[in-house]
Amino acid sequence: MKTAAGAAAKKKPFFQRLKEDLARNKMKYILMIPIIVYFVVFHYKPMYGVLMAFQRYRPTLGIAGSRWVGFDNFIDFFADPYFWRLLRNTFSISFYSILFGFPAPILLALMFNEVKNERFKKTIQTISYMPHFISLVIVCGIIKIFVQTDGIFPVFIESLFGVPASNWLTKSPYFYPIYVISGIWQEVGWGSIIYLAALSGIDQELYEAAKIDGAGRLQQIWHITLPGILPTIMILLILRIGGILSVGYEKILLLYTPTTYEVADVISTYSYRRGIIDADYSYSTAVGLFNSLVNIVFLVTTNKLSKKFTEIGLF
Amino acid sequence: MAKAQDASRKTNRIKRTKEDIVINIVVYTLLVLVGIATFYPMYYVFVASFSSSSAIAASPGRLLWIKDFTAGAYKLTLSHPLLFNGYKNTLIIMAIGLPINIVMTIIAGYFMASTNMMFKKLLTWMMLFTMYFSGGLVPGYLNIDQIGLMNTVWAIILPGALSVYNAIICKTAIEAIPQSLFEAAYIDGASEIKILTQITVPLIVPTLAVLTLYYGVGHWNAWFNASIYIKENIKLPLQNILRSILLANDQTLNVAAATSDSYDEFAEAIKYSSIVISTVPILCVYPFIQRYFVKGVMIGAVKG
Repeated sequence: MKTAAGAAAKKKPFFQRLKEDLARNKMKYILMIPIIVYFVVFHYKPMYGVLMAFQRYRPTLGIAGSRWVGFDNFIDFFADPYFWRLLRNTFSISFYSILFGFPAPILLALMFNEVKNERFKKTIQTISYMPHFISLVIVCGIIKIFVQTDGIFPVFIESLFGVPASNWLTKSPYFYPIYVISGIWQEVGWGSIIYLAALSGIDQELYEAAKIDGAGRLQQIWHITLPGILPTIMILLILRIGGILSVGYEKILLLYTPTTYEVADVISTYSYRRGIIDADYSYSTAVGLFNSLVNIVFLVTTNKLSKKFTEIGLF
Repeated sequence: MAKAQDASRKTNRIKRTKEDIVINIVVYTLLVLVGIATFYPMYYVFVASFSSSSAIAASPGRLLWIKDFTAGAYKLTLSHPLLFNGYKNTLIIMAIGLPINIVMTIIAGYFMASTNMMFKKLLTWMMLFTMYFSGGLVPGYLNIDQIGLMNTVWAIILPGALSVYNAIICKTAIEAIPQSLFEAAYIDGASEIKILTQITVPLIVPTLAVLTLYYGVGHWNAWFNASIYIKENIKLPLQNILRSILLANDQTLNVAAATSDSYDEFAEAIKYSSIVISTVPILCVYPFIQRYFVKGVMIGAVKG
């Protein structure tokens, strides 16, 4: 019926269709007005503001009045003494987060799946979801308490290996482990939910058949469970790898100190300092624009590669 | 399916092989360790918040139970002028922000789920595009300045008033409602508003509960926008005050100066009590919302 109506509508002239559409859906469009205004004011207007990346922007002159400088800001950024450091740090933090953080919820879900005692399972699940709801500020506050000079981790390592205890947040080598491990601590339980949901969709008869064929539990996990959740794993992996150069500034701003900038300063935090603290608007916008363009390229590329090799893709 | 699982459990029990026993030992041990590792930091903060400063200093990070019970840190925390104020500001943000979030999400979801509209594709695309590309930090910041929202609560509430991701979750829920219900209502002459408020909304209450949770936790935990848009300490929300208490290397605020001399004495203990005070509300609603988690994540996943 819908297609018939559509075909009939196509024959009518545009303005008549418009009139009919507005009459039929008047209320829906009226309701949408605040939403449209919201998107224009808070999303599309700032997108127009991106043009300042190609200017020597002055707030008093606005975008219309500021001087255009082409790609100067981008060239400055590529020549920035920090450019390679930022790229390396952003990539490293993402890489370690994916390497250790991505398999963690899968392993947890697989373990939950092997537990037959429902009460035990529920208890551990309830505990493991909790940290997801704790704010980043508090998580970083707890990290600070645990890794300061007299905190539990430095003291423990000192007693074990004789490494003198110190405040790990000011020491570069500790930054990635702290960042990655605390990230796993906070998100592993929550991340496992989506895999558990995928696991519940696996046909139980497959397990019965495997058992009759004499497959052990490890073989069942390997041949039934893992293939069953592979599409979910792939889609999440594409998203994760696609965002490899998009490391958010929030957690890093809370954790880094000038003594750890060497390893902890990433593109987004640099853009924040140059833009918001130093009021170097055009430069910061260029840095941000570079970052989001690279992200889009990465996402499209990983999606293409995945489609080619596994026939699973986002779009 | 539950029956099939029961049956398989029984057969497992009958012929438990060596492999089964090894796997069970490994899995249960690891999960207990995961549980302890996740729970202990939260538990420690709670225990330390009621312990004396000297007890905490004597064995930092290693308290198994409250030592030298004292509520001194709580007394000081509760009399902390900015913390209490931050609490109030966060509640104000939620009281204004949440209704805006939910109403906008319902409208956007309802629109995206509707059929037979000329501009549906265009407007849906307009919303989706913002998920992949944004103006970035500085253009957003200057925008807030230009429209005169700087240093107001609106600078915190409005920029993220609608999450497209949540609107898609809402749209998915509305699409699950049988189309015949809407058609019957149209035939009975119900107005669009009536269909939205009296048919659609009551049928997606579970989804709206999940979305309210997402938005609510988001408001409760947010700190970044306030840190760049709010210029007066008195207007800062809870997380920003916590940040200055917990992470002293941040120079944006000096809360200690605002309080009495006894502050130094409890400087360490106040960290723990302020964490407890600011996390308790979330952990209180936690048991009630937990059953929605799987549903929430699942409807989110449909989006891909």
